[in-house]
Amino acid sequence: MKEFFDCLKCKECGRSYPKEALHVCEFDFGPLEATYHYHKIKKYVSRQMIESGPYSMWRYEPFLPLEEEPTVGLHTGMTPLLDAKRLAKILGVKALYIKNDTVNFPTLSFKDRVVSVALSRAKELHYEVVSCASTGNLANSLAAHAAANGFKSYVLIPADLEPAKVIGSLVYNTRVIGIKGSYDKVNRLCSEIAGKYRWAFVNVNFRPYYAEGSKTMGFEILEQMGWKIPDHTVICMASGSLLTKIDKAYQEAILCGLVEEKPYAIHGAQASGCNPITAAFKKGTDLIRPIANPNTIAKSLAIGTPADGYYAIQTIRRTGGYAEDVTDQEIIEGIKILAETEGVFAETAGGVTVGCAKKLIQKGYIPQESQVVLCITGNGLKTAEVLKDHLNPIDVIDPYIQDFDKIVDFEK
Amino acid sequence: MNTTLNDIAVRIPTPLRGLTQNKEIVYVSGKTIKELLHNLESQCPGILNRICNEKGEIRRFVNVYLNGEDIRFLNGLDTPLQQKDEVSIVPAIAGG
Repeated sequence: MKEFFDCLKCKECGRSYPKEALHVCEFDFGPLEATYHYHKIKKYVSRQMIESGPYSMWRYEPFLPLEEEPTVGLHTGMTPLLDAKRLAKILGVKALYIKNDTVNFPTLSFKDRVVSVALSRAKELHYEVVSCASTGNLANSLAAHAAANGFKSYVLIPADLEPAKVIGSLVYNTRVIGIKGSYDKVNRLCSEIAGKYRWAFVNVNFRPYYAEGSKTMGFEILEQMGWKIPDHTVICMASGSLLTKIDKAYQEAILCGLVEEKPYAIHGAQASGCNPITAAFKKGTDLIRPIANPNTIAKSLAIGTPADGYYAIQTIRRTGGYAEDVTDQEIIEGIKILAETEGVFAETAGGVTVGCAKKLIQKGYIPQESQVVLCITGNGLKTAEVLKDHLNPIDVIDPYIQDFDKIVDFEK
Repeated sequence: MNTTLNDIAVRIPTPLRGLTQNKEIVYVSGKTIKELLHNLESQCPGILNRICNEKGEIRRFVNVYLNGEDIRFLNGLDTPLQQKDEVSIVPAIAGG
């Protein structure tokens, strides 16, 4: 596997860097990205070879930035792609699929993918302490993977996160540090800490490795669609990284002969209470105005200064997609409609994706005759509290059949 | 160097201090951000190329703040400067 991963390159100026714990170009401060010898990968991979690989994200190992065999998160990925016929009917499209990372292993979000890659790489580079700045899901995943692999870990989060997400980190005996302030303040502090301590910060100095993990969600979609690129893919955006990496997976699959090239559109989804990327897109600019005080129930997407916002806008424009955002009320409706039609309980970010998909279809950005994939990134149990006042109360009755008869509203 | 009354304090980030003899603050004169950056270049040769691209625009992952406000949302390079203004050059922070 060693011969595929080439080096790190600045996305802005193309300067090359060695495969170390680096994430910023020292010349122009642009982000570094993993690059590969695609001609070698193309010779090596085939649909058949991938299909006979491990039933996990690691069947796409040739496209991931490691030098040895993976060691972390060996069971992560290969989540279901559901043919969501009932939801398709309600939203008014021909075919709709749910890429369901609410059941990703081990911590029920797509972040298990990125952490698996980052910590596998951290082992290769002999790091013992791992850390992250997180809106919740990443912290859960980092803590779990660290625990299972003998790393010491620190996770830094905004102090006001959902209780389930905080507990979902603490249980692994990680050190959880709550910061008084928004994610962007947590992120700034993490950058400073990363400059001072020799830790593997998965989304700071290990960001080039970490971000590549998101590609596996894209590769799985292609394989599960029968090695075809879906006409439309709707992806929620916090930093915008996932959206750019799913596109990168589609592009790499074309390049290496795994799928036919065809037109496809990538659409970005945000919450209206923190919409720096969609606001810039709608204005027709790629200049992103930071949101100082995000205010949305979709806390996992509440990043006011999105690191990959510019690239996300480029991707959406290049593919002819659109960017949309939804209110908290629409997010709740999105969560409920997905649960009620397909039996999938998504966190608030999933409500954002469904709510935005609904709008994109209504407005005609996604034509009715098309085939759509919604990327659902995290599990609803983590943000269950947001539904407190939005569901029917339970019926409490005495344990007698006549009391039960009174509340039955359908017999068959 | 001696500072004059119309000099403005420019805060330099760690990665660029190799060009400012390790000074965290450099005092530079200028009526606009553009003028200030060109005067900064004459004091610290090579620094302009790191802040601006070949078209002379501020690089995408560099932020220039005037009194805490990103100049992109003021008047960009033409943003006028007054005495006692503070300018900070801050690389964008990746994350998330």
